Amino acid sequence: MAEEMKSKVKNYKTAPFDSRFPNQNQTRNCWQNYLDFHRCEKALNAKGDDVSVCQWYRRVYKSLCPISWVTDWDEQRADGTFPGKI
Amino acid sequence: MATPAQLGLQNATSPIMEELIAFHDHALMIIFLISSLVLYIISLMLTTKLTHTSTMNAQEIEMIWTILPAIILIMIALPSLRILYMTDEFNKPYLTLKAIGHQWYWSYEYSDYEDLAFDSYITPTYFLEPGEFRLLEVDNRTTLPMEADIRMLITSQDVLHSWAVPSLGVKTDAIPGRLNQAMLASMRPGLFYGQCSEICGSNHSFMPIVLEFIYFQDFEVWASYLYIV
Repeated sequence: MAEEMKSKVKNYKTAPFDSRFPNQNQTRNCWQNYLDFHRCEKALNAKGDDVSVCQWYRRVYKSLCPISWVTDWDEQRADGTFPGKI
Repeated sequence: MATPAQLGLQNATSPIMEELIAFHDHALMIIFLISSLVLYIISLMLTTKLTHTSTMNAQEIEMIWTILPAIILIMIALPSLRILYMTDEFNKPYLTLKAIGHQWYWSYEYSDYEDLAFDSYITPTYFLEPGEFRLLEVDNRTTLPMEADIRMLITSQDVLHSWAVPSLGVKTDAIPGRLNQAMLASMRPGLFYGQCSEICGSNHSFMPIVLEFIYFQDFEVWASYLYIV
């Protein structure tokens, strides 16, 4: 399972089609992957596990989300004002 | 790009645009035929001395001029829906490009591997080289590989803009806080021009888009010359 994930991340070209977000509005796709990465990272750090399995979410949100959005969200997380639940 | 006094659509660079041009020709021909018929009938009616003031019913002709328009509308709707569904087809993009509208320039981000980004301002008329196009050239063109499916994600940093490239059949609104997806595919290399298509302030007419489609191998080389923002 971890091997499959690693090869998926290694062969990453760009964010693939996600059937949860089939329409034109991809805002939620970017938001969800950003949340998923940070939740995954937080959960695995708490357990002391290998965080590299979260890399998929990171690649996807990096592909989809505008850099300025990511910067703003990172600052909000640092300030504790991030609106999402991580 | 458009040429002076151009009336028709620009030549197609993407398969979808080819379909749209064919559909446009089909619908326009129907419009011309109906308009000529109506004009002819009006001219007939205005140039006759014959009168008939006692019509009571006209069942047959009423049937014809109800059924025939319905058939014509179906003949327009079917190709239209076909193209609509074609634009929504599932595809596997090779690359994701973000276009972000600002007042008054576009910025582009290629973040699949590293965060590559740049701004694209209009080249003022004073700085144009001979042969370049007024109000259409930019300082940094958006380079893309040809014959590849490209996912565009379009948004805005401030007010509404719209990212349009007629030759590719693309026009997608740039809305702050929203990521609109559009698919691009070019069948040939070359330069393709577009302009902002949603009023966004004083320099709305001065924020053009230039796409430069090149061969795959050359694209990899180009991407390696960008640096991180």
